Amino acid sequence: MRLTRLGAVAMKELTQIRRDVRSLIIVVVMPVILVLLFGYGVSLDLKHLPVYVYDRDGSQQSQDLLKRFRASDYFKIAGMVNNDPELVRAIDAGNAKMGLVIPWDFSQRLRDGRTAQVQALIDASDDNTANVLIGYSQSVVQGYSSDVQLDWLHHRGQAIQPAPLRVEARTWYNEDLESSAFIIPGVLALVMSVIGAFLTSLTIAREWERGSMEQLISTPVTPLEIMLGKLIPYFVIGMFDVSLCAGLALYWFHVPFRGQFSTLLLSSALFMIVVLSLGFLISVIAKNQLAASQIALLATFLPAFLLSGFLYAIEQMPGVLQVITRAIPARYYVSVLKKIFLKGTPTSLLYADLVPLTIFALILAAIATRAFHKRLA
Amino acid sequence: MKDETKSVVVEDLLKRFGDFVAVDRINLETRKGEIFGFLGPNGAGKSTTIRMLCGLLTPTSGRAIVAGYDVRQKPESVRQNIGYMSQKFSLYNDLKVIENLRLFAGLYSVPANALKERIDWALQTANLKGQEDLITATLPGGWKQRLALGCAVLHRPPIIFLDEPTSGVDPISRRQFWDLIYHMAHDGVTVFVTTHYMEEAEYCNRLALIFRGKMVALGTPSELKKKSMNGEVLLVECDALGSAVEALQSAPRVRDAAVFGNALHLVVPQADSAIPEIKKYLAEHNVTVSKIEKIRPSLEDVFVSLTTERGSDKRSN
Repeated sequence: MRLTRLGAVAMKELTQIRRDVRSLIIVVVMPVILVLLFGYGVSLDLKHLPVYVYDRDGSQQSQDLLKRFRASDYFKIAGMVNNDPELVRAIDAGNAKMGLVIPWDFSQRLRDGRTAQVQALIDASDDNTANVLIGYSQSVVQGYSSDVQLDWLHHRGQAIQPAPLRVEARTWYNEDLESSAFIIPGVLALVMSVIGAFLTSLTIAREWERGSMEQLISTPVTPLEIMLGKLIPYFVIGMFDVSLCAGLALYWFHVPFRGQFSTLLLSSALFMIVVLSLGFLISVIAKNQLAASQIALLATFLPAFLLSGFLYAIEQMPGVLQVITRAIPARYYVSVLKKIFLKGTPTSLLYADLVPLTIFALILAAIATRAFHKRLA
Repeated sequence: MKDETKSVVVEDLLKRFGDFVAVDRINLETRKGEIFGFLGPNGAGKSTTIRMLCGLLTPTSGRAIVAGYDVRQKPESVRQNIGYMSQKFSLYNDLKVIENLRLFAGLYSVPANALKERIDWALQTANLKGQEDLITATLPGGWKQRLALGCAVLHRPPIIFLDEPTSGVDPISRRQFWDLIYHMAHDGVTVFVTTHYMEEAEYCNRLALIFRGKMVALGTPSELKKKSMNGEVLLVECDALGSAVEALQSAPRVRDAAVFGNALHLVVPQADSAIPEIKKYLAEHNVTVSKIEKIRPSLEDVFVSLTTERGSDKRSN
C-alpha cells in the first residue's frame, strides 16, 4: 500500500464531494433535517388531544369537571356542542378524538350522593391513542370524583380516610417523559446509514457508469487503496455528522448526555465501518447508481429505521422479528446510543452491544476488501 | 529475459465471452518507439485486445508480454509501465484540469520532487498551459483527449495504449493529436493505437488488420498495399454509377466492385488483361466509361478485399 496513491484517491473523492451540491446537501443539511424532523415531528407523546363536549347539565359541577380536563396537558377542549348529531359529526370528521357527554342530571346526582355517569365517545381507529384516552380520562374523572367524595364527607363532619394504596412512581433516565429524548439518539443511526451506505454505494457505481473506473484501474493503484481512499473521506464526514447531530440533540433539544463521549465516538466509528463496508459492497455488486442506491436503502436505512429499536421497542416485536434484529448491526448501535445518552451506562456494561458491533465491523470490512477486483469482466 | 527491443509480445492470445470468441489467437510483436496501428471495424476485437494488454481483462488463453512483464502474472508491473487511454473519455469531468493531472501523478507515484516538472511537461505537451483551473467538463473534445493523453504519460511510460483516441474529435484536433503521437514516438515511446479511420492508419509505422477477432494482415501500410491485396485495383469513371456497380458484381474476373467518391474501384486478378474486357462488358450494359486505369490500392481497398474474402470464407464454412 502506498500513501501517495491512497492520498490521491482520497483527495479526488473529497474534491468531488465538495463540488457536488447534492452530496453536500446530504452531508450537511440532511442530518440536521432528520434530527429536527424526529425531534419535533415524530412525537410518541399524546398531548393536547382534541375533545368536543356536549354539556347537557350546564351546572357549576359540570364546569368544574371540564376545568380539570382543560388543566390536563393531554386534552384540549376543542369545541362545545348542543346535540348528539353534532358530537358524532365532530368525531366522524376527525375534529375530535373524544366526545364527552355530561348528562342533564349530573349535578343533581352528585348532590344526592349518587353515582353520576359521564359518557366518553372515543375514536378508536388508532387503538393506541384510544387506550391512552381511556386511561387519561379515567384518571381525570377519578381525581374529580375523589375530591367530590372528600367534599361530601367534609361537609358531614366525617373523618377523612387516606386511600389504602398508592403507587409512588419515579421516572428515571428520561425524567420529563419526553419522547424526543428517546428518539433523537437513535436518529444518529439513521444519519450514519444514509451517509455511510447510501453515499458510498454511489461512489463505485458512479465510476463504472461514467467509465472513469476503466482509467482508474489501468493505473498501478491497488483495490485496497481505491477502497480506503474512497471510504476515508466518508468516514471523516460520518464522524463530523455524529458530532453535529449529538450537538443538536444536546444543545437544541436538551437531550441529556450522561455517558462518556469516547464511547459515543467508539461505537459510532464501529457502526460507520459497518455501513461504509456495506455501501462499498453494494456499490461493487450493483455497478449502476440507481440499483445501488435502492439496495443501500433497503439494506441499511430501513432496518435501521424499523428493526433497530429506534422507534419501536424490540421487546414488543413478534418473536421471529426479535431474532432477526440480532442480525441488524444498527440494533446494537441504537442500544448503545440510548444507554449512553439517557442512562450514562459505563462502557464496561456495554459489551453486549459493543462486541457484536465490532464483529460485524470486522467481518463486513474483510468481505469488502476482497470484493473489489481491478478487472472489467 | 527482458527483450528491450520488443515492447509488446503477443502469442496466440484468445478471449472468449461465453460462446463468442472476441479475440481469436492473435500473434504480434511491437518494437520500441514504433507507432503500431490496430485497424478494424467496430466490434472486431480491438478494444478487447488492448484491454487484455493493459491487464484489464484476463485472456482466456495465450500469452501477452508487455514491457517485459506477463499481463497475467504481473499486471501491476505492466500498469506501472504503460499509459492507457480508454475509448470513452474517462477522466473526472467534475475535477479541474490540474486536479486530474495531480490525481494521476499520485496514482502513478510520481515522486514529489519531480511532480511540478512532470505536470508542467504534461500541460505543455497537451497544449493546456494556462488552462489548469478549468473544470474538465467544460473543455472542447480535442482538449479533453489531449488532457487524457497528458494524464496517461505523466510517469513517462515506455508504452502507451490508445483506444480510438480521436473518435468524435474534429479533423483539426485529430491532426494535432497525431502530431503529439509522433512526438512521443520520436522520444522512444511505443504507441499502440486502435482506429477505424483509414487515413489515420496511414500514419502508423506498422499495422495489424483485425476482423471478427482474427488478425487478417500485418505489415507497414505500403507492404500491406503491395502484398496483402489479392489482385489489382482498377479505377473506373463512368456515368450511372449505381447500375454500373450492380452490373459489375456479376461481371467475369471482377472480384469486387465498390463506389469510391465519384468513381468505382474494381478488384481484378490482373489489370492489363481485365481492362478491355470490362470496357466491353460495361458498353454492353449501356454504361459510358470516361476513364479506366490501374491504380495503387488504398488501405481501404486492401481492407475491403481481405475482409470480403473472410466474409465468404465464413459463409462457405
